[in-house]
Amino acid sequence: MTKYDVLIVGGGSVGCAIAYALSRYDLKVAVAEKELDVGMGTSGRNSGVVHAGFNNRPGSLMAKLCVEGNEGFEALCKMLDIPYKRTGKLIVGYDEADHQALIKLKEQGEKNGVKGLEIIDGAAIRAIEPDLPASWAMLSRNTAVFNPFLYSIHLAEASAQNGVQYYLNSPVTAVEATEEGYRVQAGDHVLTCKTLINSAGLFADRVSAMAGDPSFTIYPCRGEYYLLDKGTLKMPVYPVPRPGVGGLGVHLTVTVDGNILIGPSADYIDNHEDYSTTEPILDQLRREAMILLPTLNMRTVIGTYAGVRPKLVKKGEANFGDFVIERSPKAKHLINLIGIESPGITASMPIARMVLDILSEDTELVEKPDFVPTYRGIPPFAELSRAEQRALIEQDPDYGDVVCRCETVTRAQVKRALHNPIGATGVIAVKNRTRSTMGRCNGGYCFQRIVELLLSEGKAPQDIDLKRRGDRPLLGYVKGGQA
Amino acid sequence: MERADLIVIGGGPAGLAAAVRAKEKGVERVLLLERNPVLGGILNQCIHDGFGVLRFGSAMSGPEYAARFIQMARDAGVEAICGAMVVELSPDKKVTYITPQGLFEVQAKAVILSTGCRERTRGALAVPGNRPAGVYTAGVVQYLMNMRNIAFGKNVVIMGSGDIGLIMARRMTLEGARVHCVLEKLPFCSGLPRNVRQCLEDFDIPLCLAETVKEIHGDDHITHVITAKVDEKGRFIPGSERTIPCDVLVLSVGLIPENELAKACGIEMDPVTGGALVDGDLMTSVPGVFSCGNGLHVHDLVDLVSEEGERAAEHAAAYLKGAANKPMVPVTVSGGIRYVLPRQLTTGEDGYLSMRVMLPGRDRKLTVTAGDKTLVSKKMKRVMPSEMIRLKVKDVPACEQVEVSLV
Repeated sequence: MTKYDVLIVGGGSVGCAIAYALSRYDLKVAVAEKELDVGMGTSGRNSGVVHAGFNNRPGSLMAKLCVEGNEGFEALCKMLDIPYKRTGKLIVGYDEADHQALIKLKEQGEKNGVKGLEIIDGAAIRAIEPDLPASWAMLSRNTAVFNPFLYSIHLAEASAQNGVQYYLNSPVTAVEATEEGYRVQAGDHVLTCKTLINSAGLFADRVSAMAGDPSFTIYPCRGEYYLLDKGTLKMPVYPVPRPGVGGLGVHLTVTVDGNILIGPSADYIDNHEDYSTTEPILDQLRREAMILLPTLNMRTVIGTYAGVRPKLVKKGEANFGDFVIERSPKAKHLINLIGIESPGITASMPIARMVLDILSEDTELVEKPDFVPTYRGIPPFAELSRAEQRALIEQDPDYGDVVCRCETVTRAQVKRALHNPIGATGVIAVKNRTRSTMGRCNGGYCFQRIVELLLSEGKAPQDIDLKRRGDRPLLGYVKGGQA
Repeated sequence: MERADLIVIGGGPAGLAAAVRAKEKGVERVLLLERNPVLGGILNQCIHDGFGVLRFGSAMSGPEYAARFIQMARDAGVEAICGAMVVELSPDKKVTYITPQGLFEVQAKAVILSTGCRERTRGALAVPGNRPAGVYTAGVVQYLMNMRNIAFGKNVVIMGSGDIGLIMARRMTLEGARVHCVLEKLPFCSGLPRNVRQCLEDFDIPLCLAETVKEIHGDDHITHVITAKVDEKGRFIPGSERTIPCDVLVLSVGLIPENELAKACGIEMDPVTGGALVDGDLMTSVPGVFSCGNGLHVHDLVDLVSEEGERAAEHAAAYLKGAANKPMVPVTVSGGIRYVLPRQLTTGEDGYLSMRVMLPGRDRKLTVTAGDKTLVSKKMKRVMPSEMIRLKVKDVPACEQVEVSLV
């Protein structure tokens, strides 16, 4: 049994942001995460956009924290070595009705305190994106894109370097209220804490209920995506919402690496973690995307994926549920974060600050003199200059062994990913930290090399995990013995 | 800056043959760069036989065929560097490559691209369903099974009747798995008839034509696929679905020439073949850069790959000697030919045309004409998309265009 001041349940972007924020203080903090790595839920299945905040209801917590989060995002990414690009975003329309809708959207944004919004016409649109056949647009200069995987990962690894303990592959299965707080069964571990911070995303309602507050129900709402190879689009392009017009309102996003995303859709589902893509939705995504950008090259599709939003409103309801960020009125040692869907990641640091405020009500926050706020991740070899690449290889010959051809990822990076500071395992730990297997060959070249590396480090093939413990991508050896 | 007369990028069968021929033609410094720890390329993992029947009169395994050329390369004085990943080819033929010893730049006078191909993926096909463990392209299974003794599963479904899938159907059966079936969405097989006989029929593995995977299921590891029949327009036929339980899904759904270096260099690509657009000398749009092998267009016989590599080397050697540009004539196709390569032929020389037909057929005639003159006329008892046809056109005449026709 291990005792903590604070136990964070759920290692997504919000949980890791809270861990990072807490790691500044003299507290024993742990994170219990059910997957093999952090950021594997909604935080790792989204568009990777830092929203400006014009799409959120004025006066809501979502709007306030989104705008606040957007303002501080660039500096945070610089501090934590997270790829970030302020590309801006275009919300486009085609007729006068759309034009008026864009003007209203700009007004809503400005009400929320969003800066850098401008209405532009077709000529100005095509000066930015020559292939967009739109007549009107709102340019949002403060919208940015970033690497959502490294976001959770670097927050977590930075917090770990400042003393936070990570329990991965440790789903919370039982929570018992004690005199001083809680006793929690997380995977094989029994952990006690004074304060339980519930950032369990899709399962936050269940964790809250386990901890004594059954007030919430999460309604999972899935979004499907296409991932395309790098193209010529410079910034995300979304169609202006048109009430009464059908369709998905398909978005095109350019990732921080230059790939193109089509999506997401929005469908309520029964199984919270049903990350399947479906034929009718993929079909619709494709058709609408081609209307938005006729020059889109669908022959460069790399893959499809899905994410699920933890919604607080049922299908068919008014469709607005604000963030719930509170000390539970039913359980005084429980701080709940429920319904943190988009713009959750953008708002994650302001959310963490709110949590700190709430925590300080019954916990002393004394700053640690040796807190290190900055973090340097694995060198992104592919993005370095030739001189920098040469220098790295001279330092460590493993930088001269390219494992992933499509993304130019080296053996040194893969090794560092496998031996990461929070103990994340699985091929997914390599994928999320290096981009290996994310490229156009889907691991056709690098997967076997990653496996060989694991085998050379003594791992048995049947013990290799892909994304979840025991998903067993390999059965074992064909014949007895080794290769 | 370090210099080389000819740099060959890729040490598989195309690159090896090219490097050897270049030395035979008197090219002084031939540098062969290969990313794997050994030469041989994809041949090293192809332990089945059938390689070299045309070339050596003997059906060898992949590694045996590769060994012949590796020895020739050694004897000829080819400088081969393994573990070398080329990361950049500039339009002025400067090659940048990386090894554990460092990052190197070499200025070449001529370059041959023999970079092979990669496999089409489940992701690229956007097959709906989950993304569980246990879904692989056939080449990955082949490598890990043959080179590292790795087993993947006991109940296999193979999607796509490409040759690699057929070979792996037999391979996995021999290693103790049950291969349920091979599914092919077209009404005819993509692979060679001899592979259908030797890998499927001999092992009682059904080939299900006009049927393919509709959905992939399984939470963490694949549990089953849902397949459906496909109509002549490629659409799923409602009501024809069936469920096949499996613990491995192997994909053999096509090969794509690997041309990231060429594209980044600004070399013009051929949208039909997926490789570079080349002239009658197998030269790309960048002077002095040639292409051959699977990186240029996907082959089915390694013997033809070697031969193409040798021709590329001959043209590169002539280029290095400053041979004058001979005029070229365009090549057009009609009547059921999917593509012809190259799309130009050099006049006054023997030309070689590679082509594939669109549909299987029997008792056809293939003709190559220049205006009224028939240059080649060949009776083809059987034609199929999976079998590349290579024709020699003797002494290409000066004319307006050369037409290839299948009747």
